[in-house]
Amino acid sequence: MNAIEKQLYAKPRSNVYIYIISAILIGLIIGSVFVIDFESMGNSGWTIAKNILLGIVTPDLDLLLNFTTQGVMYLLLETIAIAFLGTIIGVLLAIPLAFLSASNVVPKPISWITRLLLIVIRTIPSLVYGLMLIRVTGPGPFAGVLTIAIVSIGMLAKLFVDAIEDLDTSIFESMTSIGCTTFEKIRFGIIPQLTAMFLSIGIYRFDMNLREASILGLVGAGGIGAPLIFAMNSYRWNEVGSILIGLVILILIVEIWSNNMRNKLVRG
Amino acid sequence: MFDKIFPPEKIVLPNGKTVLEKRSRTPLLFIIVLLGTFLSIRFTNFDFNVLVKRGHEFFVIINDMIPPKWDYFPSIWQPLLDTIMMSILGSTLGSLVSIPVAYLAATNMIKNKVVVMVARLFLSILRTMPTLVSALIATFIFGLGTLAGTVAIFLFTLAYVGKLLYEQIENASLDAFEAMESIGMTRVQAFRYAIFPQVLPNYLSTSLFCFEGNVRYAAILGYVGAGGIGLLLNEGLGWRDYASVGMVLLMLAITVFLIETVSEYFRKKLI
Repeated sequence: MNAIEKQLYAKPRSNVYIYIISAILIGLIIGSVFVIDFESMGNSGWTIAKNILLGIVTPDLDLLLNFTTQGVMYLLLETIAIAFLGTIIGVLLAIPLAFLSASNVVPKPISWITRLLLIVIRTIPSLVYGLMLIRVTGPGPFAGVLTIAIVSIGMLAKLFVDAIEDLDTSIFESMTSIGCTTFEKIRFGIIPQLTAMFLSIGIYRFDMNLREASILGLVGAGGIGAPLIFAMNSYRWNEVGSILIGLVILILIVEIWSNNMRNKLVRG
Repeated sequence: MFDKIFPPEKIVLPNGKTVLEKRSRTPLLFIIVLLGTFLSIRFTNFDFNVLVKRGHEFFVIINDMIPPKWDYFPSIWQPLLDTIMMSILGSTLGSLVSIPVAYLAATNMIKNKVVVMVARLFLSILRTMPTLVSALIATFIFGLGTLAGTVAIFLFTLAYVGKLLYEQIENASLDAFEAMESIGMTRVQAFRYAIFPQVLPNYLSTSLFCFEGNVRYAAILGYVGAGGIGLLLNEGLGWRDYASVGMVLLMLAITVFLIETVSEYFRKKLI
């Protein structure tokens, strides 16, 4: 037995643990196959799939390049507006909540309660908020804005808290020692440390909100989702194609822009 | 461009040297954001008065949800299990299929640029498609039920894990790979024994993370008829039976929390 083999056998063995985990996993996967009902797939499935593909390949160009209120361009603009305003309101609401749940700013009990609140806000799916807020404002893009705002609070606040807890506190001590007032400490000590991070988080969330906003139309909260579902339900696959193409291109552009901006912000 | 319109400020230092200080871009950014906000308000008919007048309606609904209707629990059990099983199957299949696709999309594995481009475009389009939309399309093809939801989750997982995996493959060290190729292994064999072990922990961790997210997504897929607990949410909200909705949301929150805790534990062990 040479040195390499010795080293190989010296490795701690945890076979029982690995077998148990693997058995549980395989059991779950096999079990999940039985839950899925394969019966529901009708014979018409393939024809519909073919029609959808044909529709996407031959989109309705009139609709795609139409600038009236019915056209894809206008709907995309409305979706962007919903996501943008929603993100701005979400950021404004999330900043105080983030400071309230940062353990180096407020006492422990308060930070725990705020964190619990944030977890609850985060787990409720966005469509549920959408349906609830439609009762408040009536259907339309306004409900979408409020939904996006509330949905973004959870994640924004969580990421903001991480940034706040990473604050370099030695700066405050040195500022105190040279006689800065509290306002000056916030202006020159805290804000410069946080803006880049906060902006980058906000842009990232805007990117995600655009996707959210595009599906909120399904519940009637404005944006491009409603025309999409109407077109699908009436089997107008050319329209579906043009809406989907517009949506995918928009999301790709925003994603590339957001990645570039965030890279710039992080590198300073 | 910006520096030409607002030339940088010249500061003369005490020792006679001049330095240029670039003008701050903050006011410009501020104006752009303000303008965007104003335009968005016009576009979306945002009205603060409505919010003040009718804002309490939202809390009326939340009040109705508390306390949740406890007897509703038995009828939640089956859809909740369906939701989890849909996510498990969709995530497993998606992450398995993502391996060959990621292999095709990695520039250091495939030298043919066309193949790489096609594979990447495929992943990008799948990734930008919102899950709910692909679920909706899937219900037309596969009929209403859990199969459509599983397909939607499968597609999203494939795109998400595939993208992260091909980035990891490109960052992996090629030393062992080249050594194995030089002793006569095919590229696929060398990938299996040299690259795959390197990316395996990260790949498993990404798949687990994706599974966590999928449980949340799967919860709303029922809204378009793709099976799972979303159907109950839709019914409850439609009939204004908010106590049942509260119960569904409570169960959902507990499930998501448990799955996140377990998955976080294993992800910490993997990396």
